Amino acid sequence: MSESFTKGMARNIYYGGSVFFFLIFLALTFHTVKEMPKRDNRHNITEAVERGKHLWEKNNCIGCHSLIGEGAYFAPELMNVYDRRGGGSEEGFKAFMNGWMNAQPLNIPGRRQMPNFHLNDQEIDDLAEFLKWTSELDANGWPPNIEG
Amino acid sequence: MDTLKYQSQAVAKPYFIFAMILFVGQILFGLIMGLQYVVGDFLGGIIPFNVARMVHTNLLIVWLLFGFMGAAYYLVPEEAETELYSPQLAIILFWIFAAAGVLTILGYLLVPYSTLADITLNHLWPTMGREFLEQPTITKIGIVVVCLGFLFNLGMTILKGRKTAINMVMMTGLIGLAVFFLFAFYNPTNLALDKYFWWFVVHLWVEGVWELIMGAILAYVLIKVTGVDREVIEKWLYVIIAMALISGILGTGHHFYWLMTPEYWQWVGSIFSALEPLPFFAMVLYAFNMVNRRRREHPNKAATLWALGTAVMAFLGAGVWGFLHTLSFVNYYTHGSQITAAHGHMAFYGAYAMIVMTIISYAMPKLRGIGEANCNKAQVIEMWGFWLMTVAMVFITLFLTGAGILQVWLQRLPESGEALSFMATQDKLEIFYWLREIAGVIFLLGLISYLTSFFITDKKAQA
Ligand code: HEM
Ligand code: HEM
Ligand SMILES: [Fe+2]
Repeated sequence: MSESFTKGMARNIYYGGSVFFFLIFLALTFHTVKEMPKRDNRHNITEAVERGKHLWEKNNCIGCHSLIGEGAYFAPELMNVYDRRGGGSEEGFKAFMNGWMNAQPLNIPGRRQMPNFHLNDQEIDDLAEFLKWTSELDANGWPPNIEG
Repeated sequence: MDTLKYQSQAVAKPYFIFAMILFVGQILFGLIMGLQYVVGDFLGGIIPFNVARMVHTNLLIVWLLFGFMGAAYYLVPEEAETELYSPQLAIILFWIFAAAGVLTILGYLLVPYSTLADITLNHLWPTMGREFLEQPTITKIGIVVVCLGFLFNLGMTILKGRKTAINMVMMTGLIGLAVFFLFAFYNPTNLALDKYFWWFVVHLWVEGVWELIMGAILAYVLIKVTGVDREVIEKWLYVIIAMALISGILGTGHHFYWLMTPEYWQWVGSIFSALEPLPFFAMVLYAFNMVNRRRREHPNKAATLWALGTAVMAFLGAGVWGFLHTLSFVNYYTHGSQITAAHGHMAFYGAYAMIVMTIISYAMPKLRGIGEANCNKAQVIEMWGFWLMTVAMVFITLFLTGAGILQVWLQRLPESGEALSFMATQDKLEIFYWLREIAGVIFLLGLISYLTSFFITDKKAQA
């Protein structure tokens, strides 16, 4: 590096640059948070959805699955599982969820296993409500197709 | 046996040793998961995949934190030219952090996660069950307390001593680490907000403040092993971290493409994150440049190898593999695929695991009273460890990338109806996962070789 470019100059670029871009980042964050209601359909967050999110966290579902592409990559994406397995209706999806959660572990030799979390009907219903809500999020067109 | 400039630097030793123990645990659980990828019911019911994954990733984060803390306790007093403010506090915090860490991991392994959530009163302040932030709320509070005590101790040391650029950058990075961790306590019901601010911990750590920590440690070790003028090295350090933050802060946008966010993030995220490889590239130039201009032949060849290796592998893992999937039109297809896993592995290993092993390699012979360097034989074994682990990680990354490309091809690119399902796709990727597991075993052998080097002493010298 050239001699005329001093350590002091480098330090000023570091301080000035990072403060400047951090302020821009904060401004964009404020704007983004303000815009979010247009896409997150928060008016549909019922108490059941809220309980569902807690169950999702409490059983560490994200440790195998992804949700909007984040999480683990061991088991299918679940943001849109409502669309994939629901057969187009809430009843269809809830029936699927009830059957699925209670059938675990499938115990097919060699197949990746999902644990049984011993959830009651109410809890499975709450999780289904949560996943129905996630399927209605506008994530800028992701996932590319129904398989997630 | 006085090989330390300041006696209080000795508190770094338990931090480094404990970091290495946790590293072994991390790799063992990685291998369990790698096997579960292909033999789905391996350890079925005893250690479910999600439990193994928490153990693997949390051990990684915690051993890196132990490594950073050890590095700080080692280099801050020497840079400040004064003893550590309170060695006792450093030792007390070590035991608190170690106990909290062990209890948390045992909690993951011994009781179902939902039970752990109940007994740690998660419902009072729910923060659990999010990737990398699975720790019970009480553990998270413990981490904050340990960080505060740690920062206080270092801050007081720096205040009474010399304020070098390396110390100031290290301190800024560590404060940033603690500050951004506070977002782990924010877990709103609205998933859109939850996910947005989750990245304030994850991205602003690894592509923000941790780069300051890495830069400071690398600069310190380069000064020591090359003897190049501090002014030159510190100038480079500022240039590198300036580039890191200028690109990395707005680069956070590469995680906002597919959240409930405005379209401008597609542009902001793509442009700024595309610049993120630059500081990593600069680190390669700088590390090699400084070693070529060295003014002394430091006897610790292994430490120099680690320093150079860190720069190269961080550039490959973070820079090249990061760039691969960072533009929004590419990320649309690769998001959350095995490509992400490939990048995550090489970046974490290349940048952070390796920088911790760099400082350990440099500092351990002094901490153990051996001298400037280990005996030749120990260094050779250590370098075997370096090469085995590093080459194995290159292969892990290549196999996962192969799996990821095929996954995108089969599952993401075709239209709905034609695309293969997730599970059907996974079956087609089996060969890549087997190869990854084999490379993982080689990695473990490398780690064993690396650890063995600590037990090799020069018989002749002792006699
Ligand atoms: C023996 C070697 C290893 C094996 C077999 C292994 C295996 C795995 C597996 C199967 C996952 C979970 C992927 C998923 O969610 O589906 C994972 C995650 C992860 N591992 Fe490893 N691992 C190994 C070594 C390492 C090392 C050395 C590091 C870093 C120093 C590391 C860092 C990570 C990280 C950061 C994640 C989370 C990735 C993400 O969220 O994208 N692993 N590992
Ligand atoms: C040492 C620095 C870095 C580390 C340790 C690191 C680690 C990671 C990890 C673990 C993930 C997965 C997060 C998850 O589980 O969802 C990730 C995601 C990602 N990283 Fe990095 N990264 C680093 C630097 C970079 C750089 C410099 C770039 C860009 C040039 C980059 C681009 C990305 C992108 C685009 C994703 C999202 C992948 C997806 O959509 O699934 N990373 N990184
Ligand atoms: Fe990132």
